[in-house]
Amino acid sequence: MKKSLICIGCPRGCRLEIEMEGETITVRGNSCPRGESYAKQEMTNPRRVVTAVVHTTSEQLPWLPVKTSAPFPKAAIAPLLNRLYKMTVTPPVHCGDTILEDIDGSGIHVVATESCR
Amino acid sequence: MKEEKVDVAVIGAGAAGLAAATVIAAAGRKALVIDREDFPGGILRQCIHSGFGLKYYHEELTGPEYAERATIAAQKAGASFALGCTVTDIQIDMMGEFTLVLLSAADGVRKVHADAIVLAMGCRERNRGNIATPGTRPAGVFTAGSAQKLLNLEGCLPGKTAVIVGSGDIGLIMARRLKWSGMEVKGVVEIMPHPSGLARNIAQCLEDFGIPLWLEHSVTRIIGRDRVEGVEVAPLNHGEPDMSRSFTLECDTLLYSVGLIPETELAQQAGVLLDRDTGGPLVDANYETSVSGIFSAGNVLHVHDLVDFVSEEATRMAHCVLARLDGAPSAEKVGNEVGSNLKYVVPAFHTPGATTNFSFRPLIIADEALLRAESEGKTIWEKKLRFVRPAEMISVTLPGELLGHAPITFHLQDTATR
Repeated sequence: MKKSLICIGCPRGCRLEIEMEGETITVRGNSCPRGESYAKQEMTNPRRVVTAVVHTTSEQLPWLPVKTSAPFPKAAIAPLLNRLYKMTVTPPVHCGDTILEDIDGSGIHVVATESCR
Repeated sequence: MKEEKVDVAVIGAGAAGLAAATVIAAAGRKALVIDREDFPGGILRQCIHSGFGLKYYHEELTGPEYAERATIAAQKAGASFALGCTVTDIQIDMMGEFTLVLLSAADGVRKVHADAIVLAMGCRERNRGNIATPGTRPAGVFTAGSAQKLLNLEGCLPGKTAVIVGSGDIGLIMARRLKWSGMEVKGVVEIMPHPSGLARNIAQCLEDFGIPLWLEHSVTRIIGRDRVEGVEVAPLNHGEPDMSRSFTLECDTLLYSVGLIPETELAQQAGVLLDRDTGGPLVDANYETSVSGIFSAGNVLHVHDLVDFVSEEATRMAHCVLARLDGAPSAEKVGNEVGSNLKYVVPAFHTPGATTNFSFRPLIIADEALLRAESEGKTIWEKKLRFVRPAEMISVTLPGELLGHAPITFHLQDTATR
């Protein structure tokens, strides 16, 4: 099976040409190793870094920006967002602090991307 | 009235202002960063998505993370901040000293005296008025960035169903953000035959969600009295809307992502000359404007597509500010021009013998291209480029020994073999 994809690894946006034969995946068109690993991931288990804002009890920063610590399985993004939108975080929070640990046993966390006193 | 004296007043606490203040303060000079917002970081704070910093910090960061790093760096270097303050006037006295008039809720009117000024006010979005969309004037029409601020900083959804006008990166990022926030996105309408945002944003913000992108289409009318009820969209035929093939998209929200323009009101008030091609201040190879002692970098100088380039440019500029404070003369100016397929070159001048970084905005899409510098009818320098896109700025460094007393014209040529 052949497929072409745009790499989302960096602003360059390389056009990846992917060939899948059974278990073997060949990637062409990438300019760095990130392109190859993205293509392989995308063909088997597509993932995205999820970002959102979570409500806080702080007047100074009522909405705390957060992200997943690693690209997160696409199919599980909607339920994750629903969980995040129901949360309320109490400061102090530091940039990088874990807000939601080990989401559904994935080993991926949701972390704060801004500090709030 | 509060009054103080600093070496450098930096206007704008976004990526450019923070990077400049970091360098200036680290050299032992007194730098004051002024911003009308209560937090430093500028627009980065509302750009909660990932994809920043790969070049400048060598890791992928979100906007708020980038902002926090840049802020901490400036604080550690010893820069001070005047937040929640709007600069309303810049005065210059006979001795060349500047006085800035600041207005804030906390201190009322306040004056800052400075030996040099850094203009780092960034840019603003073009809106409905700039592209003159016909129709009614209902509520529900936003620029992509103001909707982003509503959603990410204030926690408010702009509506239920959106159409996005223009395929700039902010609009694409917002398409995904709206989807992830439970809104419906009917599509993106772009007048050009190619998207104006980055390819990766078309992939991860539109294709991931099956959001249609109508290229060579235009919004010909906004419908709705009190609130937007829909838009009329027509395909373009040689630039003219073909109304026989028009269709209506029902929506209650319209986001405009139709380009950015340098925020230059304050610069003009200070008497700084603007560059017709960039819309920003005209600067020499030291990033010094037509007013001696006023420097400029970042999106107010010319609109960048990556914040990393903004930080790099502001860092280079800050070293020039330091040299001038230490008594270096202003730069000798030899003019640069753009020829084929380039919209502009920044800086528009070079100094003979001084290694200079030049930024260009290409006007063509080419998988392979040749950028060439020509002086007195001869090619003095050339570089092969890959994947040239109008959405991506070109940044190159020319060694000083090539830069002489004659003007330089830059050309870009499509060299892809088809």
